[in-house]
Amino acid sequence: MPDIDSILEKYSYTQHDNLIPILQEIQDDFGYLSKEALVKVGDYLKIPTGKIYGLATFYSQFRFEPKGKYHIRICNGTSCHINSNFIILKELKKKLGINDGEVTKNGLFSLEETECMSGCGFGPVMMVNEKVYTRLTLEKVPEIIHFYLQIENE
Amino acid sequence: MITIEVNNQQIQAKKGETILEALNRNGINVPTLCRMEGFSPTGACRLCVVEVEGKSGLIPSCSFPIDEPLKIKTHSPRVIRSRKMLVELLLSNHPDDCLYCVRNGNCELQDLAEELNVRERRIAGNKSKASIDQSSPGIVRDPAKCVLCGRCVRICEEVQEVSTFDFIKRGNKTSIATSMNKDLNFSNCIHCGQCIMVCPTGALHEKTNFDVLLEMLNNPDIKVIAQFSPSVTVSIAEELGIRSGKDISGLIINALHKIGFYKVFDTAFASDMLIYEQAAELVDRIKYKGNLPLISSCCPGWIKYMEQSHVDLMENVSTCKSPQQMMGSMIKSFYAQQETISSEKIFSVSFMSCTAKKFEAQREEMTHKGISDIDLVLTSRELLKLIKLYGIDVQLLDEEIADNPFNTRSSAGKLVAASGGIAEGLIRTFYFLSSKNEIPDYKITKLRSSKDRREIFIDIDDSRIGVAVVSGLKHANKLLEEIRNGRDDLHYVEIMACPGGCINGGGQPFCNDDKILKARLKTIYDIDEKEGLKVAHKNPNLIQLYEKFLGEPLSVKANSYLHTKYSKRDVLL
Amino acid sequence: MAEITNQNNKDFIINSILLNDSENYTKDILDKLSFIKRDKVTFPVITVSQNSCSIITGTQNLTQIIKDYLVERDIKAHVIEVGSLGICSVETLISVQLPGKTKLLYKDVSEENVIAILDGNFNNYIAEENVFCQFRNTMHEPYENLPYLDEISFFSNQQRIILKNCGIIDPGSIDEYIAFGGYKTFVKAIRHYTHEDVCNIVDESNLRGRGGEGYFTGKKWKIALNTPAEQKYLICNAGESDPGAFMERLLIESDPHKVVEGIAISAYAIGAKKALIYIEWEYDLAIKRLSNAIQQAKEYGLIGHDILKSGYSLDIIIKKGAGAYVCGEETALIASIEGKRGRPHSKPPYPATKGLFGQPTIVNNVETLVNIPIIIEKGANWFNSIGTANSKGTKVFSVSGKVEFVGMVEVVMGTKIRDIIYRIAGGIPKNKRFKAVHIGGPSGGTLGEEHIDTLVDYDSVILTGASLGSAGMVVLDEDNCIIDTVKYFMNFLQKESCGICIPCREGTRRMYEILENISKRPKDDFGHTTLQRFKGVMQLENLAEVIKDTSMCGLGKKAANPVLTTLKWFRDEYEEHIFERNCSAGVCQELRTFEINVEACTGCTLCAKKCPTGAIFGTPKNTHFIVQDKCIGCGICYETCKFSAIISK
Ligand SMILES: Cc1cc2nc3c(=O)[nH]c(=O)nc-3n(C[C@H](O)[C@H](O)[C@H](O)COP(=O)(O)O)c2cc1C
Ligand code: SF4
Ligand code: SF4
Ligand code: SF4
Ligand code: FES
Repeated sequence: MPDIDSILEKYSYTQHDNLIPILQEIQDDFGYLSKEALVKVGDYLKIPTGKIYGLATFYSQFRFEPKGKYHIRICNGTSCHINSNFIILKELKKKLGINDGEVTKNGLFSLEETECMSGCGFGPVMMVNEKVYTRLTLEKVPEIIHFYLQIENE
Repeated sequence: MITIEVNNQQIQAKKGETILEALNRNGINVPTLCRMEGFSPTGACRLCVVEVEGKSGLIPSCSFPIDEPLKIKTHSPRVIRSRKMLVELLLSNHPDDCLYCVRNGNCELQDLAEELNVRERRIAGNKSKASIDQSSPGIVRDPAKCVLCGRCVRICEEVQEVSTFDFIKRGNKTSIATSMNKDLNFSNCIHCGQCIMVCPTGALHEKTNFDVLLEMLNNPDIKVIAQFSPSVTVSIAEELGIRSGKDISGLIINALHKIGFYKVFDTAFASDMLIYEQAAELVDRIKYKGNLPLISSCCPGWIKYMEQSHVDLMENVSTCKSPQQMMGSMIKSFYAQQETISSEKIFSVSFMSCTAKKFEAQREEMTHKGISDIDLVLTSRELLKLIKLYGIDVQLLDEEIADNPFNTRSSAGKLVAASGGIAEGLIRTFYFLSSKNEIPDYKITKLRSSKDRREIFIDIDDSRIGVAVVSGLKHANKLLEEIRNGRDDLHYVEIMACPGGCINGGGQPFCNDDKILKARLKTIYDIDEKEGLKVAHKNPNLIQLYEKFLGEPLSVKANSYLHTKYSKRDVLL
Repeated sequence: MAEITNQNNKDFIINSILLNDSENYTKDILDKLSFIKRDKVTFPVITVSQNSCSIITGTQNLTQIIKDYLVERDIKAHVIEVGSLGICSVETLISVQLPGKTKLLYKDVSEENVIAILDGNFNNYIAEENVFCQFRNTMHEPYENLPYLDEISFFSNQQRIILKNCGIIDPGSIDEYIAFGGYKTFVKAIRHYTHEDVCNIVDESNLRGRGGEGYFTGKKWKIALNTPAEQKYLICNAGESDPGAFMERLLIESDPHKVVEGIAISAYAIGAKKALIYIEWEYDLAIKRLSNAIQQAKEYGLIGHDILKSGYSLDIIIKKGAGAYVCGEETALIASIEGKRGRPHSKPPYPATKGLFGQPTIVNNVETLVNIPIIIEKGANWFNSIGTANSKGTKVFSVSGKVEFVGMVEVVMGTKIRDIIYRIAGGIPKNKRFKAVHIGGPSGGTLGEEHIDTLVDYDSVILTGASLGSAGMVVLDEDNCIIDTVKYFMNFLQKESCGICIPCREGTRRMYEILENISKRPKDDFGHTTLQRFKGVMQLENLAEVIKDTSMCGLGKKAANPVLTTLKWFRDEYEEHIFERNCSAGVCQELRTFEINVEACTGCTLCAKKCPTGAIFGTPKNTHFIVQDKCIGCGICYETCKFSAIISK
């Protein structure tokens, strides 16, 4: 079980520039930044949690609730857009009922639009956890979602 | 000195100062929005842009240092067009409800639109759907009206060191929010209202409850009783067309009577009471070696801050309630008994220069046997509105005096309005209580300076008493840190959350003019100079009150009515 | 044993190569080097392209599969992971080099077909549809009838100076990098040149920053060098947050030591003892290879205290960015490293005099830094001989969108855009018509047919209203809509603006809204009448000018570029959207109109039930029809009709 204190110990408490690395490490270990985490970090670095929250919300890396079991990252880079990724995106949002950065109510899926995933040659590109899907078409979207729902049902 | 050319005129600028400073000194104003006097510039709003020859874009005058001779145009068509567009951008998604807005008539955004001659909506933007946060007892936030100037963030962080607000998110989602984007009442906000004072628009304002008041005033079964704080009466004159800083308590009393208040009492009476009780407490602490220094407790903003951020010093804080609460408590006990009115039939209203007092009035601890000491708190700004609403022309009124039995006060009770005033009044009474002699020199000039921190050491008999005064929580934090680190020469510390004390409270009329603050201060010191009764313990009605009801300071009865306790508060810090 | 590890060459490398001032190596040394460089191999060598492009094709496990295969067949061979050759569209690439033979390159390799390819190769059968080309090397026996790499037009039209090693060398091996000539310039610089010397060479080379502003690197360095301070910093800006660019990422993944060397020399030039690399957290492979490179350089004493007894000390650390485009802007980047919200600050003061923690700081782009070693090695005159009058050297682009070969390419400054698109990237696929090319990411501009002969250098591109910016080049064909593309960039910018200044925060979102309005159907007669839309576009120009004039940082100042360039070069497309309410590319979905094909409609009533505005009328079993005035163009009927009776126009 990862714990925040041992992450904090690695960093000097006098250096405010450690704030982002600390948050990054916590997010790596826990998957998101909880309120408790912010309070602990604030205590340690003597920064008000309001400031930490303000900072963390500025950056798109940080999230404040756990990801879904299947985290969908869809490339919204220029090239994928040119290759009509918006049709896929719209369909995904419709099918899952969530927007960028949200998690479905049952906690199964979360959606994240990312910048260029360097798959420009094979767009539109999307990843579900570690699995990559390239040259997506509208028809593939329900199939993919269905695939994961199927796993869940078993 | 560097000579710069402004609109084809030569002016002198100091090396390193900003263009804006040079312009202002030479009588040229350019509009600003994000700028705050005395703070480092952020260059965020871009309204102060000017044209500088040789630069490709327009230059923000507030943050551009003059290092070499420049040629500047402050109002060229290009500049005006840009400024106007910026204001139009702010207006493009503004909720157009000026007519219903608290700031209607004194809004900086309105002024800018007027100044730049915005006459039509050329760009229509999607309106913000953010909802109003009404959760806090003192402060209301209406994000749709926020222009993201960041002034509230800075004052709360840099002056109060509370850091309730910060910018969150970025780009089109940028907004101002509390930690974890929670409602204000869950936040660490201490309701000081300083952010309201700097907000250019109606995005931040006090919580108002006029309707209840009007209802009560028209309820024949209810006796509505008013009190007004010593800082209110010196702060609203200019808004009523009278010389600014003039003490108009007599007129206000008359006005309140006219509005229909059953009785009008002067909170300064209770200030005397506070001084008396707290001085006795200090004597006690020194005598029985209690926790020292004794820290003042009359500022509800400071008290909340202490409960969340300085819990370890809780035992040092005086148990005295604030004058407002002491008065409230006396109205519903002593006064009600004397007049044989059931305390439930009294609706006790106070007019304060403070938004935190709204919060204080609804605290658990501020009730006596289930009945709250104070039922409604209104700010100076709301008092002005009430007077307007009732159509009262104050200039035609005669002065009246406050009603018996809480109508007398010492000038010490008035001093309380300014930072250092409680300490000054308290020293006078403390001197008397511990030496049985009156203090030889009433005026303690050292506590009246404009320094961030004022300290004085007074010899009474063989002992030396140290007193320190701070206002603005940034300075309080510094002092308390010293105390925590072992500083032990202080016996009494006065802390007020608002910089300068209640005369600069978060409920006062908007003024960004230092001169007005100085005028208020001067009035208070003049009163102290001119009036004969300078010490709280000689306030005749106060003496009577103790004789008839309370016994003596710190008596069991006094304790139960005038003192309180605090507890640690869990908020997101 | 299938895998053979390199013996430790550290002492040899340091003493015989790096500290050897002579240019002419003894035969002994040359022999050893040619082994490290794999000019001579005793076992077959297989290289596997492992970079973020190839991984996207689903070949993370390719190396392992190959290794397993070798064990299974009991074949002794080296397996090496390399970076990217730049040609992404044919990833994943593997190469096989048999002893004595030239290196053979296979394309489109997947986890499924790799075994067959290798099987073939080891049994003298070359899989035809996968073989790509062979590498020229006079010491090796070539394959017959196979093109050489330098004959493939993607490569033959490039001039690969800084990408020379990419896809060829093992990014995980410092020995190999040094064997190919690396770190020698750095060692020479710290042993024989003063700080001023290095600054002077770079100044005379007229190298301009590749990060977008195009400021002369040597000039900038001299300011920092001449500002007295306790501590100075060099920051390598590897943010590359342009949503359409990926070349810096590939470059780092392919040749991380080159980046480290570039940083080391530049840090030395300004007298910085500390260098930071700011790189996006998502670039995990790049970060991994970069930290490994730094680690190796430390082990070889090339970074650290008193480097090779020269008296110069340098520490390099990696700072992971947390995801914000604006943090590519130098002052925002500095704020971010300091642990604050990444918002830009007014300049002056410039970072070169007052930057990170208030100290003189130079922020340079990765590509700028990668140019440094070779400039110092070959001199300013050599560099000045490449490129155009005001833009020297080469420039790396990432070319993507509607082109045959998507990838990272390096061309001499002054190359025609047309040559990049047609000769290198292979032109537009599927015989579609070229419509436009967008250069420079969100701060850049969109150019049409008439500008396709523009030269890529700082000045020519600026003249068209675009900018080199982040050097992402995205090609659009007839199926793409200009309004939609601009809208995409405005949406990106409105999200990515730091939000601090009014013109940029409010301006970008208003521009986005205006564009959205013109690509939407009229909802009612009040909202978006033609006149109102026209008014919006009128303001668009006005707005763009003010945003440009008043914004604090480069993001805002350039935010209007996509709008301004397209208004200028593609005005007809705006007009089509506004007046004709039509998007001929068919991209703006809400502008589509729908009709029901009387022949095909069975009267199933499904569409009428689904239509959100009740625009479809008809009785069961009879043909339905659409009332155009009520239709909002959502297309739900189109998607629901099971009989394809609804036609979109
Ligand atoms: C919005 C914005 C984004 C930028 N993004 C990058 C970037 O991703 N990488 C980069 O090297 N420079 C970027 N820059 C330019 C940097 O501010 C800076 O000019 C550059 O790193 C300097 O390096 P150079 O002199 O080597 O070009 C960006 C500038 C702006 C205004
Ligand atoms: S009322 Fe005071 S404490 Fe609360 S947010 Fe405003 S300035 Fe901060
Ligand atoms: S709430 Fe008021 S002071 Fe605060 S940022 Fe908004 S407009 Fe400015
Ligand atoms: S121009 Fe945009 S990104 Fe730059 S400072 Fe202003 S708001 Fe921030
Ligand atoms: S006052 Fe200068 S930018 Fe706001």
